[in-house]
Formats: sequence, C-alpha cells, structure tokens
Amino acid sequence: METKEMTCINCPMGCQLSVTVDGDKIQVSGNTCPRGEAYAKDEVTNPTRIVTSTIQVSNGQRVSCKTERAIPKGKIFDVMDEIRKAKANAPISIGDPLIKNVCDTGIDIVATKNIK
Amino acid sequence: MNYDVVIVGGGPAGLAAAYSCKQEGIDSILIIERDDKLGGILNQCIHNGFGLHTFKEELTGPEYAQRFIDKVYEEKIEYKLNSTVINISNDLKVTYVSKNDGLNVIEAKAIILCMGCRERPRGALNIPGYRPAGIYSAGTAQRLMNIDGYKIGKEVVILGSGDIGLIMARRMTLEGAHVNCVAELMPYSGGLKRNIVQCLNDYDIPLYLSHTVVDIKGKDRVEAVTIAEVDKNRKPIPGTEIEYKCDTLLLSVGLLPENELSRMANIELSRVTGGPVVSDSLETNIEGIYACGNVLHVHDLVDYVSQEAGLAGKSAAKHVKAKNASHKYIEVVPSNGIRYTVPQKIDVENIGDNVILRFRVDNIYTNRSIVLKYGDEELSRRKKKVLAPGEMEQIIIDGQTLNNIKGDKLEIFTEEAN
Repeated sequence: METKEMTCINCPMGCQLSVTVDGDKIQVSGNTCPRGEAYAKDEVTNPTRIVTSTIQVSNGQRVSCKTERAIPKGKIFDVMDEIRKAKANAPISIGDPLIKNVCDTGIDIVATKNIK
Repeated sequence: MNYDVVIVGGGPAGLAAAYSCKQEGIDSILIIERDDKLGGILNQCIHNGFGLHTFKEELTGPEYAQRFIDKVYEEKIEYKLNSTVINISNDLKVTYVSKNDGLNVIEAKAIILCMGCRERPRGALNIPGYRPAGIYSAGTAQRLMNIDGYKIGKEVVILGSGDIGLIMARRMTLEGAHVNCVAELMPYSGGLKRNIVQCLNDYDIPLYLSHTVVDIKGKDRVEAVTIAEVDKNRKPIPGTEIEYKCDTLLLSVGLLPENELSRMANIELSRVTGGPVVSDSLETNIEGIYACGNVLHVHDLVDYVSQEAGLAGKSAAKHVKAKNASHKYIEVVPSNGIRYTVPQKIDVENIGDNVILRFRVDNIYTNRSIVLKYGDEELSRRKKKVLAPGEMEQIIIDGQTLNNIKGDKLEIFTEEAN
C-alpha cells in the first residue's frame, strides 16, 4: 500500500489530494469533485505530459517542437536527449515530423513553427 | 499616408484586432510591428497550453500565433515589419520609423493600441549587490533559449512565481540546468496552479512562499544568491537566510503594460492596471483610440487577449463607419476585494449585446460571492469557492438588462458567502 500527495490542476481550487494505491484498488480523498478523482487516478497509474523544446535547423535557426501527444512522464529526459541530438532541414511546416517514434513511445516529435 | 485603422503591434492582440476589423468590412488596415516577424511574444512561448478556449485544443505559442497570422495573410491585411512607432498624437497621427521607409506619419481614422507589456526589471526591486552577468528577467532568458538557442546557466535560482518564471524553471531543467528553488515574496503564487504542478512539482523544484532575494554574490558572474523569509510587512527576517551557490538568477516579478506611446497621446492611464482607462467598447478617453491585450491589462491567457482584441477591432470599425455618436458614461466601481475592472466605465447610450467585465481580486479568498449592483438593483451574485489574484475572472452582463435600468454607477464587490 502506497499513499501519494498531489495538487489537483483542474480548477483554481487546487485541492490537495491524497491517493492510496493498494494493488488494483485506488482510493482518492481530499477532492471536492469527480474531476479530482479522475485526475488522481491517471496520475498514479499512467502520468503523461506533452514535452516541448527546440531543434537545431541546418540554416542556423531553431525550430520549436513538441511530442505530438502526451508521453509517459518517466520518459521525459530520454526524449529530451533525443531532441538535443536531432537536426532538421528547412523548409519546415507546422506538424512536420522531426523525430519519428521517439524513444519507442510510438509518438513523433513534430514541428510547431514554420521555417522557410 | 492614410489608413482607416492603424494597429500598433503585431502580437496576439494586434493580429486578432486586425482580423476582426477586416471582418467588419474595413479594408484599409495597417499593422505596424517592430520585430522582424508577426506573432509577438508567442514566438518564444514554445510550451503548450494555448488556445483551449479559442480552438478547443492545446497548442504551443508559435502554433497559436500562426493560426492568426494565416488569417491576416488570407485576408491580405497590410503589415509593416521592422517598423517602430515613435509617436501617437491625440489627433490620430501615427509616426513610425523603419530602415526601408525612413520616418513616416500616417493619418488614421481609428488607432488600436496593441503594444503588449514588458517585464519589471531588477532595478525596480532594490536588490543589493553588484551587477554581475547571469541575472536575467525570465522572459529575456526565454528568448535567449528558445529563439537564439543559448544555454544560459547551469545552477539557477528564480525570484518570483509568475507564470514565465515557472515555465522557465521547467524549461531550464529540461535543458540540463539545476533549478535550486523559486522564491516568492507574497504568501501565494502569482502563477496558474497547473504551472506550479507541471513545472515545479513534476521536477521536485521547491517553491518558497514569503521569501525574497537579500543578497547576490559575484562581481563578474553571479556566484551565489541568498534568499530569506519575509514577515507580514515583507521585511526579511534575520536568521532565515539560505545561500545557494549558483551562476544564474531569473527574475519573474511582474509585467508592466507598455504605455509610453499612450502617454504621448494624452491617454488617461489607470494607476492600478498600468493601462489605459477604457469604456466597454475598449475606447480610451481619446475618441478613436482603442486598447486591448496586455497593453490594457496583463492577461494570464492569450485566449482572452484574442477575444478582447476582437472587440477592439469591431469597435474601431464601428467608429470608422459612423462618427459623432453621443456618449453617456457610468463608472464601474470595484470595492471590497476587487482590485480593478476592465472596462472602467460603460457607455450606457451605446450598449452592445453584452458587456464583458474582466477583473482581478486583491488577495486569496475562499467562499465569497461576487456581487454586481447597478443603481439599487442587484444584477448578479455568483458564489466562488476560491478567488486568487493570479487568475483573471470575468462576468458577462446582458446588454438589455443594463439598458432597462437607470443608475449612475455599476458596483462590483465580494461578500462573505453563506
């Protein structure tokens, strides 16, 4: 059995949640609405985040980029290592994949800026 | 040169104002932008979280900007880059300089101020110590990293828990720096809750409330920063000092609407917001000059900037088409916990379908009602579990309701909820 403390981010209330995980059973307390419970369950079972950064472009500029969807939180720094190593070639349009299937997440790093 | 509407600034406010003006049938529009591209500050805000209200999806700053830039392209709205407005006069003449055009004066029928805001600098904080390299305002650091690709420091302390400071705490951590802590003078954070969780808690960066920087060591480069707890009067408490060896100090200590040009045009400014005093059409005290976005008051969400700019564009278009309307203003009077409202006055002879009243509270409150009173009549009473200065609130008032009542002021205040 493990208990975790976290702050709900669904609204300015910022409820302090206490989540207890006991095998398959997850108990949430401290929330004042159902959204808090759903948030806490996601956070303890599969927390994910969208990662944003920039990638070097051959013409000396930088292109901003993001993971196309949220990736597992535990892989953030591995993904950052790949982003730092990568290079892209202009022209680039928003949505172009810059790194495919980054760190075997099945998710691409895509451009968030147009570069001529 | 003559244009119907001149828009000063090509950031999110300027772009949305131009588009909305065009939708209202105005063809002669000019956006003047001092940078070499449109989009303003969004270009360096590469993190996600923009556009949830406007586009119902989570975009990064550059993506959000591009949506509006594309609209400006599609509508063939004229814009000038690398052009700096150096004067606006109260007879609606705009003077700008640029490498290509030299010095030029444009006569406009309406002007929309979209100059945005800038960061409060170190000089405004009275921090003792030398002036070594390694002290940046958070937004400057953001530009250096995200646009120019510099790594600006390895060991970092951040003063101020505004959203840019929080975003930069995460950004620097991702780029391999170690952020020792974020110190905040106030007993609460000025940033959005989700930024505290996703930028600080995710990376175990401590947030020290009621703390400030009391010393900076280092002559050529920052070598250490000392923070200390402050008492109720924001005075450092002796004995609470903690010293961090570091090479970088970021300051995220507030944003100031950039209104030098407004002053030149004798536009009345609010001492609370730092921006122009406007009516519900977002018109300043100078007829034909409108303001929107962060030059008017600092926003937390760009979605609301776009919305506000949409209204400014619409109002400017209306002004160009029909001049000499008569006006009668009533004041909006905030009290008891409400720090300010925008607009500050309502033109009761020209009320539209609705009036959007945006405001901030002056402290953290729990279980309060926000009450809106016009004359003797209570227009609305909305219960809120939590109110925080860092989160802008808004109330939409039905225009018809305002038309049906007579009063000399609109009051807005908070009251203990039962």
